[in-house]
Amino acid sequence: MSATLSNPLAARDHARRMAGTVVDAMPVLPPVADDLPAGVSVDDLLWEETIAAGGYATRRVARGTRLRLIDLKGDACASLLVFNADMPTERLNVADTVKVQWNAYLGQGKLLLSDMGRVLMSILEDDAGTHDAFCGTSNAASNAAKYGEGRNSGACPSGRDRFLLGVAKHGLGRRDVHPCVNLFKGATIAADGAIVPEIGPFAPGRSVVLRAEMDVIVVIANCPHVLDPREQWTVTPLRATAWRGQVTPEDDPIRTATPEGLRAFLNVEDYFRR
Amino acid sequence: MSVDPHLAGLSGAIVHDAIVPARAPWLHHVAAGQTLRIVDLEGNQAVDFLLYATADDAERYSAQDTVAMQGNLFLRKGTVLRSNEGRPMMTIAATSVDYHDTIGGACSCESNTLRYGHHTKAEHACVENFLEANLLEGRGKRDIVPNINFFMNVPVEPDGSLGIVDGISAPGLTVDLHAEMDVTVVVSNCPQINNPCNGFNPTPVRMIVTA
Repeated sequence: MSATLSNPLAARDHARRMAGTVVDAMPVLPPVADDLPAGVSVDDLLWEETIAAGGYATRRVARGTRLRLIDLKGDACASLLVFNADMPTERLNVADTVKVQWNAYLGQGKLLLSDMGRVLMSILEDDAGTHDAFCGTSNAASNAAKYGEGRNSGACPSGRDRFLLGVAKHGLGRRDVHPCVNLFKGATIAADGAIVPEIGPFAPGRSVVLRAEMDVIVVIANCPHVLDPREQWTVTPLRATAWRGQVTPEDDPIRTATPEGLRAFLNVEDYFRR
Repeated sequence: MSVDPHLAGLSGAIVHDAIVPARAPWLHHVAAGQTLRIVDLEGNQAVDFLLYATADDAERYSAQDTVAMQGNLFLRKGTVLRSNEGRPMMTIAATSVDYHDTIGGACSCESNTLRYGHHTKAEHACVENFLEANLLEGRGKRDIVPNINFFMNVPVEPDGSLGIVDGISAPGLTVDLHAEMDVTVVVSNCPQINNPCNGFNPTPVRMIVTA
């Protein structure tokens, strides 16, 4: 025991001396970002956080909000859960997402669809191109088998365990962790059904901008892709930035791109017709 | 007395034998070590299929864990059907169809409005069947996850194009599933009439459990 911390006021002073510490992975409050897109006011900035390697983050995001994710060092894997914030039994459905859009691969213009026939988020911009709607994420058992260790409190936490903590912050539990999409780490499908992982590492700074089409809860886990072939548990920090934006207008090119997608937007607009 | 061709190759005593009518749900508890045979009686009938661990139904079938662990999207002989916690739930012990689907998910009234138009909203759909069966045991919408579609064909083209195409099943073809743990099986005998998964004509299937 340290004598100088033997009373509450000394402990208080010790704790307070930490104020102002800056580390690589942390939220910035109030948010500050010097690289917002042209036309976006700093007053509309909502969220600025760097998510640690192996970390997670979660936030309620309003309809119209833009959420930009940046793979800062080229080895992030943004595993993403999305819920309707008002009714979390409605959530991302990866099967409907690929089936309704008649395509297996995510990218600019694609929609993340719920299990209620609505668009939760759309992909506004994407300069990465390597994403994955099929493989899901690691769990404690798969990480233990691969890295010798998979506990949430250990050195090699799994995506599923990160998701469980993230959903719990919204009062949700094991039944609510649904199949996810992975951004920045990809998977392509061969003719015989074989999954070909695209793990990189990639160039630093690749980014994806998502637009919330409903009021949503996002849960982001940043753990190695479940099919990462490397023996070492390898992942780098992920930056999240969000700013206010206009709700999707009727003539939006993503909204009107396909008849199936247009009907998903019509269902969203019907839901918000109150 | 004629021999029932749908029992060919099965060993053990029959402990359950049911016909699931066209468009209907089905729920059954299969004990570890038992085998469930699904018979596509008339051919080209998709069987939408979910699994729950009977001892703890927050553990359930995970299409993503299943395909990631085997490195392949298609479910073939030998495929281990895994839970959301990575554990083996059932194994495909035999199949007379080359492969089965687990990326296409289930039809729902809501997704039907996207795929075909709002005129289809009142039609029968698999998610309605999954809900009806699961509600009997206290499970609800949170418990419905992307499923298996036995006897359904969803190829992925080089450019990522995918879709439900003509079936590769035929009358009397079967799939045998060996239970690796006590499981609750929830099935929707797919009622979809707007794509080829049921040959545009939903038909009955047979479920046989042996111990």
